[in-house]
Amino acid sequence: MQVKINVRRYDPESTDAVAHFQEYQMDMDDASTILDALIQIREDVDGTLSLRCSCRSAICGSCAMRVNGEAGLACNTKIIDVLPKDGSAITVEPVGNLPVIKDLVVDFQPFWKNVKAVEPWLQPEGEEPETEYLAPDEDMLHLAGVVSCILCGACVSDCTVMEVDENFLGPAALAKSYRFVGDPRDGSGEKRLHDLNQSGGVWDCTRCMKCVEVCPKGVAPMDRIMVLREKVMESGHTNTNGARHANAFVESVKHTGWLDELRLPIKSFGIFNIKAMIGLIPLAIRSQRAGKVPPIIHKKLPGSENIKRIFDKVEGKK
Amino acid sequence: MKYAFYPGCVSRGACPELYSATIEVCQILGIELDEDALKGASCTGAGVLQEKNERLGDTLNARTFAMVEKSGLPLMTICSTCQGVMAQANQRLLKDPEYLASINEDLREEGLEYKGTVEPKHLLWIITEDLGMDIFESKIVRKLDGLKLAPFYGCYIVRPSEALGFKENPDRKQALELVIEAVGGEVVDFPGKTLCCGFPILTINPENSVKMVANHTSDAKDRGADAMVTPCPLCHLNLDGYQPNASSMAKREIDLPIIHLPQLVGLALGIEPGKMRLNKHIVSTKKLLTELAVSP
Repeated sequence: MQVKINVRRYDPESTDAVAHFQEYQMDMDDASTILDALIQIREDVDGTLSLRCSCRSAICGSCAMRVNGEAGLACNTKIIDVLPKDGSAITVEPVGNLPVIKDLVVDFQPFWKNVKAVEPWLQPEGEEPETEYLAPDEDMLHLAGVVSCILCGACVSDCTVMEVDENFLGPAALAKSYRFVGDPRDGSGEKRLHDLNQSGGVWDCTRCMKCVEVCPKGVAPMDRIMVLREKVMESGHTNTNGARHANAFVESVKHTGWLDELRLPIKSFGIFNIKAMIGLIPLAIRSQRAGKVPPIIHKKLPGSENIKRIFDKVEGKK
Repeated sequence: MKYAFYPGCVSRGACPELYSATIEVCQILGIELDEDALKGASCTGAGVLQEKNERLGDTLNARTFAMVEKSGLPLMTICSTCQGVMAQANQRLLKDPEYLASINEDLREEGLEYKGTVEPKHLLWIITEDLGMDIFESKIVRKLDGLKLAPFYGCYIVRPSEALGFKENPDRKQALELVIEAVGGEVVDFPGKTLCCGFPILTINPENSVKMVANHTSDAKDRGADAMVTPCPLCHLNLDGYQPNASSMAKREIDLPIIHLPQLVGLALGIEPGKMRLNKHIVSTKKLLTELAVSP
């Protein structure tokens, strides 16, 4: 089949070092992957194209890149699955949120810096056992998904927070952190949760699910971040806007059945946070003028006692 | 066509214009809404409640689904976030019968049981799939010719695509574009259309949240958009309400009206803008309506 592949090129050593797209017309098999096409381009058409790859079997994590704007592994993305219906070209770009070195090759230093920041090694407490550290199977099963991470960077590439904030640890590092927080042999959970509660930690995730969608190994980083939030709150770290937001939300639904939008921001910032309260004033005035202020008296839903009973029952199970 | 209507918290709170526009639009499209069936249905949890207790969220949503089943009608939402959170809850409930049975235990006292037959469906998909584009187009009386519209899906109506049935319904990926084209608009495509609007972190990291607003609205504007259309009231709240802040942050004028999906549909159906409270936005829609030669 004839396919057009539009590759984002960048060569810092060329005289006009600007990123640009270059289109290649290729004849590929129905079973070919994006990686097959790129290797064929490099070997037969244009030897100057740079890319990383190794295992070609979705194990090593080297060939993450963006295909039609979405991150994934080039080696397990079949051309036929991403071929635009209108006959236009398939777009191939380097992963996002990491600096480009050349063409499809990016600098992974910021990625490793974040992974290292969560201290991704086991830190057991107490005396070393004579043989090995033992952990019951049932306590390790929930880690099966997260240990599948191949550190390819697809989640980091498409993380919508990293796009605006380089201080955010990001989905890969946070999923890695979960792997140790959730390990029964690890003894530094308290310190880990304290660190995750800081700026750039679990609360900065927007829950956009991009990382869940693009991860080629089913690690579901965002789901891990949500469990970490729960653990952070359970360990007593409740003095953050994030924790206050979650608590105020739950209380509102528990007692009235629905969300009290008027009081949620106030409770999240904390009523004594004068700076934030003043910051809310312009919005309050704008909303008031537009007639968009939620009801001042937040009425209970009919039958809200049934909702409250469910809360008491289910919360009691935890 | 009759649906058990789940308006969500925001259309009854900070986005009353979404509620008004929906009622008007459904009347003309022949979509009958039963508002009583889900009167006592709770908030979906919006993913926030699930941070504290996922099972609790699943129980509340199972309760709503059981009420839907009781009504014998299909379910209609008008909030992408409700749509997404319900779809995820439904997926967890349906894949594990033991889990569903244990959740039903907690509903029994109220005489409710979720049998597993509900498919949460946003008005957007009801238009493109249940009503169908042919019937929809036949109801249009005012073509919005030449209006340049940037679609903004946000997150919960596109991800996780597996829970939202994208495989079985591949057109859901372009549903907003289908509606924009049907009403005579020109689609302004931009990469931010399926990214986060920043709303969920508004009270947690306001700076990041407003940066997201600035990026999306400026990008769409620079590509020539006259307005942005969204099926999510939470995206609307941030992209509209915080656009003045985004404008200050980006040190530039943006001035991009953020229209709810039913408001756009309503304009094409000839509904008076005032009835859909188009005059009740933070970013004024006046210029847009003048261009369309519709009096606000």
